[in-house]
Amino acid sequence: MSDEDEREMAGEDDQGEGDGTPEGFGLEPTERAHREAEEERYFVPETSEGIQELRPRGTTGAAELRQEVGAVLRLPEGGYVDPSDIDIEERDDQTMIINMGPQHPSTHGVLRLMLELDGETVLRTKPVIGYLHTGMEKTGEELTYVTGGTNTTRMDYLSPLHNELVFALATEQLLGVELPPRATWIRMLMCELNRVSSHLVWMATNGGDLGSTSMLVYGFREREMVLAFFEKTTGQRMNHNFIRPGGVAADLPDGWEDDVDVICETVLARTYEYDELLTGQPIFRERTEAVGNISAEEALALSVTGPILRSTGVPWDLRRTMPYLAYDKLDFDVIVGTYGDNFDRYSVRLNEIRESIKMIRQIAEMMPPGDYRVQDRKVTPPPRARIDESMEALIHHFKIFTEGFRVPEGEVYVSVESPRGELGCYMVSDGTSKPYRMHIRAPSFVNLQALPLLLRGAMMADAVAIISTVDPVMGEVDR
Amino acid sequence: MSDTTSSAVTPASVLPDVPRLPDRLVDQLAFPSRGTYKQMIGAFREAGFEMCSDLCGVDYLTHPGRTLPEGVTAERFEVVVNLLSLSLRQRVRVRVQVPESDPTVDTITDVYPGADAMEREAYDLVGILFLGHPDMTRILMPEDWEGHPLRKDYGVGRVPVQFKEAPGPR
Repeated sequence: MSDEDEREMAGEDDQGEGDGTPEGFGLEPTERAHREAEEERYFVPETSEGIQELRPRGTTGAAELRQEVGAVLRLPEGGYVDPSDIDIEERDDQTMIINMGPQHPSTHGVLRLMLELDGETVLRTKPVIGYLHTGMEKTGEELTYVTGGTNTTRMDYLSPLHNELVFALATEQLLGVELPPRATWIRMLMCELNRVSSHLVWMATNGGDLGSTSMLVYGFREREMVLAFFEKTTGQRMNHNFIRPGGVAADLPDGWEDDVDVICETVLARTYEYDELLTGQPIFRERTEAVGNISAEEALALSVTGPILRSTGVPWDLRRTMPYLAYDKLDFDVIVGTYGDNFDRYSVRLNEIRESIKMIRQIAEMMPPGDYRVQDRKVTPPPRARIDESMEALIHHFKIFTEGFRVPEGEVYVSVESPRGELGCYMVSDGTSKPYRMHIRAPSFVNLQALPLLLRGAMMADAVAIISTVDPVMGEVDR
Repeated sequence: MSDTTSSAVTPASVLPDVPRLPDRLVDQLAFPSRGTYKQMIGAFREAGFEMCSDLCGVDYLTHPGRTLPEGVTAERFEVVVNLLSLSLRQRVRVRVQVPESDPTVDTITDVYPGADAMEREAYDLVGILFLGHPDMTRILMPEDWEGHPLRKDYGVGRVPVQFKEAPGPR
């Protein structure tokens, strides 16, 4: 690319950022000139794809070098590392920058990675995301609190019920409604079943990435049992819109105890088969042990949550440490690892399936009778039969499904433990029936930041396995 | 529920002994100015808030009359940072007002490296520039995109969607 082209592209980019403020964010002229110079440096001469690319070694700043070796993560507060102390060889000629994805089958969707390789060893990684961005936070501002569940459920398509749960909890928190106990327990039952199905898909795809096609088939086979129960209860296999503000959409179907019992028994027995298939298998151990290590300090600094954080030995599970729903009434263990490597992440997830099954059995035993949703006609619609006989019920029904209900002004941050980590919802209400701002803190989006650190020094062949153990769901990353 | 009405928390009042609240969903709120924002984040980090669990930008263009404590002037933009302390089992929410004329705020990536992607997202979608961020580029939208979609003056149907090929001449 010629210099002219470069300048043109930099110019276009500036226009984009300006957006109505032609002075460019009111920056000081010197600052702005500095920024432009910075941006010009971003362009790699050989590529025309813009500034998200991995820059050549020579142009890497000190801050980036520190981040690359993870030094910035282990610093005491306020401490700084002299960039000349960092032992990084700047050999542009001997390394190779390759592009992986977004169509690579092992990137679990449309994740794209720029990798700098020295032979077979990965040096730098830059995840490039946004290929599945559909503006769901913007869409969320256009949907009412009643219809918003259909939007959030599609973010993390492997654990839709957790997405619905966090949205419903945030709305209820602003509304100040109290749920009947059965609604809470049905939510817990469905969420734990969802955790099982999500971890089963992870087991399956991780097995597939490591070459165990049997695991790929088994994982999806077991998940299908859970999804069949979901279909029976909610009407759909995925994207249920089952957990709604004010309770759940329907009561559990007749004979649900038997279905849940069969799922628990079968999946629990199968997890021991997975043990035989993978856990003790020498090839699997070789490929996973001491691969992709991360320490507890690094994980905390990078805001990594969920099984990745627990695999480093930090017993942080929101169900236990900041209980929501009725998790404080259940007896379960928080699974932790020791080394934070691929194998620990595998065993944390495998054992979490067993813990979830333990919880599901307790929930089934303790399921209280009663209503499955709040009987507040301003929040939940009246029963279908009432509409035929009561004018008031008809009006309430009509109002809820056309205008929705109004939520008092306020803002709230609610978080739950999704299979991938802390799933948060920051919701701002301006007193109307639509959220003013609905921000979802997506665990995979944040966890992806750990990839450059996990991949540094790993072999190219292990990259696929490491991406897999981070368990990114691109629908949630890009939202 | 009532967390908007709880009084403003300053580093001085929070840092010596952080009061524990019975309901975990009612968090501590802090409203620093842009000048003291970074200092406050650093103070919280030292007080045992190990993780920056969330950072996002909000555009209050069409909702200017929100509840704010005394002494805080409402501006168009707000950066909302949710910090988490694992040792104290507590959350704190820091809200900074960012004016429309100069939508810039200091980066906190050197205190919490995990805020990196979140700040890029806030820049990309709301258009708040984080000074000192190592890689202040778009993260979700294409690099040549114009405008910031989560701003309130950015229309939902701004880019027309063509679902099938336009009929050509017959």
